[in-house]
Amino acid sequence: MKNDRIIGQVKRVNGPVIEVMGITDAMMYELVRVSDENLIGEIIKLENETAIVQVYENTTGIAPGDPVYGAGIELSLELGPGMIGTIYDGIQRPLEEIRKISEIYIERGISVPSLNRDTKWHFIPTAKAGERITGGAILGTVQETERIKHKILVPPEERGVIESIVAEGEYTVEEPIAIIRRGEETKELTLMHRWPIRVSRPVKQRLPLDLPLITGQRVLDTLFPVAKGGTVAIPGGFGTGKTMAQQAIAKWCDADIIVYIGCGERGNEITDVLTEFPKLVDPRTGRSLMERTILIANTSNMPVSAREASIYTGITMAEYYRDQGFHVAVMADSTSRWAEALRELSGRMEEMPAEEGFPAYLPTKIAEFYERAGYMETLSDRTGSVTIIGAVSPPGGDFSEPVTQHTKRFIRCFWALDRGLANARHYPAISWLESYSEYLGEMSVWWEEQVSPAWQQDRAEIMELLHREVRLQQVVKLVGPDALPDTQRFVLDVCSLFKNSFLQQNSYDKIDMFSVPQKQVKMLHIIVTYWLRGSEAIKRGATLVKLRKMKVYQDIIKMKFTVPNDDLSHLDTIEARLERSLSQLESVYA
Amino acid sequence: MPSTGKSKEKALLHGREYIGVDKIDGPLIFIRNTHPVGYRELVECVDAKGAVRLGIVLETSKEMVVAQIFEGTSGLTMPDTRVRFSGEPLTISVSEEMLGRVFNGLGHPIDGGAPPRGDLEMDANGMAINPTARQYPRDFIQTGISTIDGMNTLIRGQKLPIFSGNGLPHNELAAQIARQSKIRGSDTGFAVVFAAMGVKHDVARFFTRSFEESGVLENVALFLSLADDPSIERLITPRTALTLAEYLAFERDMHVLVIMTDMTNYCESLREISTIRGEIPSRKGYPGYLYSDLAELYERSGMIKEHKGSITSLPILTMPNDDISHPIPDLSGYITEGQIVFEREMDGRGIYPPIAGLPSLSRLMKDGIGEGMTREDHPHLASQLFAAYSYVKDVRNLASVIGEEELTPLDHIYLDFGKEFEQRFVSQRKDEDRSIEQTLDIGWEVLRVLPVEELHRITEEEIEKFYGK
Ligand SMILES: Nc1ncnc2c1ncn2[C@@H]1O[C@H](COP(=O)(O)OP(=O)(O)OP(=O)(O)O)[C@@H](O)[C@H]1O
Ligand SMILES: [Mg+2]
Repeated sequence: MKNDRIIGQVKRVNGPVIEVMGITDAMMYELVRVSDENLIGEIIKLENETAIVQVYENTTGIAPGDPVYGAGIELSLELGPGMIGTIYDGIQRPLEEIRKISEIYIERGISVPSLNRDTKWHFIPTAKAGERITGGAILGTVQETERIKHKILVPPEERGVIESIVAEGEYTVEEPIAIIRRGEETKELTLMHRWPIRVSRPVKQRLPLDLPLITGQRVLDTLFPVAKGGTVAIPGGFGTGKTMAQQAIAKWCDADIIVYIGCGERGNEITDVLTEFPKLVDPRTGRSLMERTILIANTSNMPVSAREASIYTGITMAEYYRDQGFHVAVMADSTSRWAEALRELSGRMEEMPAEEGFPAYLPTKIAEFYERAGYMETLSDRTGSVTIIGAVSPPGGDFSEPVTQHTKRFIRCFWALDRGLANARHYPAISWLESYSEYLGEMSVWWEEQVSPAWQQDRAEIMELLHREVRLQQVVKLVGPDALPDTQRFVLDVCSLFKNSFLQQNSYDKIDMFSVPQKQVKMLHIIVTYWLRGSEAIKRGATLVKLRKMKVYQDIIKMKFTVPNDDLSHLDTIEARLERSLSQLESVYA
Repeated sequence: MPSTGKSKEKALLHGREYIGVDKIDGPLIFIRNTHPVGYRELVECVDAKGAVRLGIVLETSKEMVVAQIFEGTSGLTMPDTRVRFSGEPLTISVSEEMLGRVFNGLGHPIDGGAPPRGDLEMDANGMAINPTARQYPRDFIQTGISTIDGMNTLIRGQKLPIFSGNGLPHNELAAQIARQSKIRGSDTGFAVVFAAMGVKHDVARFFTRSFEESGVLENVALFLSLADDPSIERLITPRTALTLAEYLAFERDMHVLVIMTDMTNYCESLREISTIRGEIPSRKGYPGYLYSDLAELYERSGMIKEHKGSITSLPILTMPNDDISHPIPDLSGYITEGQIVFEREMDGRGIYPPIAGLPSLSRLMKDGIGEGMTREDHPHLASQLFAAYSYVKDVRNLASVIGEEELTPLDHIYLDFGKEFEQRFVSQRKDEDRSIEQTLDIGWEVLRVLPVEELHRITEEEIEKFYGK
């Protein structure tokens, strides 16, 4: 960059961490360029005349004495129309554009603007000249994708009187669209503005969380619901299904916008999302899922420092759309890789480690991240939310390690993946014993009002049964199942039915991949009915075998695959048939 | 990779030779007061006898440069060692002529032949593939091994490691895969790039002989850094091998199978360096960047849009103490696209290949099987075999406590199924090359042990067509 000033010279290179000497004026978190290769970096520590810079690109070849240029601004994002449907790296460089320059591989020192400078957006002003406005106010709108009407916001720290605003028309992100005056000063506003990634965007106030984020995954919505604006951790060893769960949620949840952060994970998983999402149709809007998705990819073989930044890049974008009044869901896969990046950088800076080599500030960083979630009243008096769903990859699948433990302190919903379930191909392998949701109380209100008054009771019934099953299984392990009376074996039977035909959900099946709330409630009710009335029948003398031989039993097993979301009438038929069959059975033993 | 601003002055400095080093510690050398040396620059180190050893710069500052020497520092003296910095990263000269040859970890021939003519100089460290340039892998590779083809399908461009243990037949399996692998309906075979890190001579010989016997040796490039070579060389060996693989796949449109063994030795060398440098360890003394370092290797496989070639990689690692939660298998599992896990107990019962049913997984399987790719019944059949075998494991556990007599009649049937499954489906000869149809048919045969009501994962049409035969 031409206007950059030289702030110092490289003194020492240790991987992505560079010591810079001769510093006189430099700012904390300032964006810098290293050497004439123009590698992007950020100042992360200042001390006397040296600065520590973390470099977001491979530092091969950087030598002592190389110049370091300061950009005079903090590492920040360009926020404006054009982000939806785009795939960025950890510091908001558009990967498709980079590919046009360097083909297969990501070469160093490539500089491409985050938002396309040539695209013309159709801007419709809503604010008028003469109006007094404050930060976060809406100047007008741009139809970013068919389904996303982007609101053009006054940058949060600006305010004043609109001196002029352009007429409806086509503008690039750099052309001025309004001039505001504050005292003697005037300022041009454009469709985009910058915001530093490490600073959360201001809001008016936090609101109580009372809406669920419907994920379409039965085990989550029915057993461990999360609120819009809530925080969730999905911990699990390798291959237990964190990515699958996050992708399923990204596809089917009822958020307006998805920010999917691939943080230190596989390249092919990003490619998978890139190839699949554009083809998938959002059942709510009939539009391609890519029209609500932003992807951030820092794969495991990209520089670790950009991995550290990718999380902040993602959350800042989410906040920006929240400020426009959207519900945004952030998937971070995996926060452990981010924590490990912190550890690596900390180690290279020779900081004192705390547990397992992680820096002592790890919990603070985790807390700061999850605190950026919430259901908010925005500066422009709208409401919007950011929900954070973070995957955690504990070494050896052991949840007692520092990242899982600290994360647990700051999240309110815990979807624990279980190796045993995953090995048995019970997917999603979410443990019903270890998982919890602190949002359950608030969410019950919504479910009962909006979906079914029986929700809470049915849910409680089945949860109790699942816990009873654990105790019974212990007995079975000692004496075998045959030793149990039918009333108890029926518990095992119903639990296995519930696991197979309700909890297990196949992400690859066209019908089963997501379930609308109504379908979930009805399926749950059918199984609970089978349990309650079935136990009655057994008490009267019916046998387990008889119950299982009921024709409708096979329908219940298959209902998740056979009943489509847009026509649930068949579930009512199944329920009626179940009631009838049970009555018949009871009458035999009456 | 472009080299840094090459002024004349810099070029002159790069030719400069420093006589004497300030410290030697394990494979590391330390030199004070040099010209500004670039991070990861190639280092040439000449010992008292005039032999040249290569290394790279690990850390550079005004005061001191630290470099690691791949051929080891044994025999180096502080005053007589001469050091030159090349001003460039380590590159490997690659060409198709390297197929059929044997090299050391740095790509120098050790088969007595002349160095092959190079076609391209490529950076040994590679670069991150842009995810938008990747092609999602989908093509089924038939390995002829039922447990793999049927239940943990290998896909062209996948990275699928073998998690084994000392003394288990992972080499036999890898060689069998290399011999038998083919894409159905195409007769282009695979070029094999083989990297050996710290393995014994007889292992290297076993592979060479196996390639020789199947007549594919001219399609194989071997990079050997054996147990008695300096352990530091193991760090560069897989990078050299992968650089050739990248060249063959993406410059020469070939389908390349990369076998790397034993990743455990590689990781141990990494730990060694890290310890000498006094870095803060994470688990079991391994450096915190072990994950990223392994990812740099494993992520080099895949397929690229608009390129015909592919890199499929089959890293082999031995789990210390057979412990899958040890950092090496654990971190590998977090990077690779599934894993083939060996079970000592099955090996003990004489089952080959001793592939554990439940912990093994191929994550790319879903898009590569089924109608038009393998056979329409494949997805459900595999899913049913998994489910049933998983139940067998439960029943066996139960039986070990309460005794077989106490089991229900159905559980007894499951035990029979388990036996059939292991003996007919899993077990096969080391030279047995089953077609996917054979594999699936055997799958149905063993499923027939179970009553039809137990087949929850199979549709009625499939039952009619395949089970009912
Ligand atoms: N809901 C599901 N439906 C079908 N298959 C699933 C489901 N969840 C997981 N799987 C299977 O498990 C495999 C591993 O899942 P996934 O990639 O999500 O694991 P992960 O926890 O993200 O692992 P890692 O930590 O290594 O990234 C998938 O490739 C798929 O085969
Ligand atoms: Mg994952």
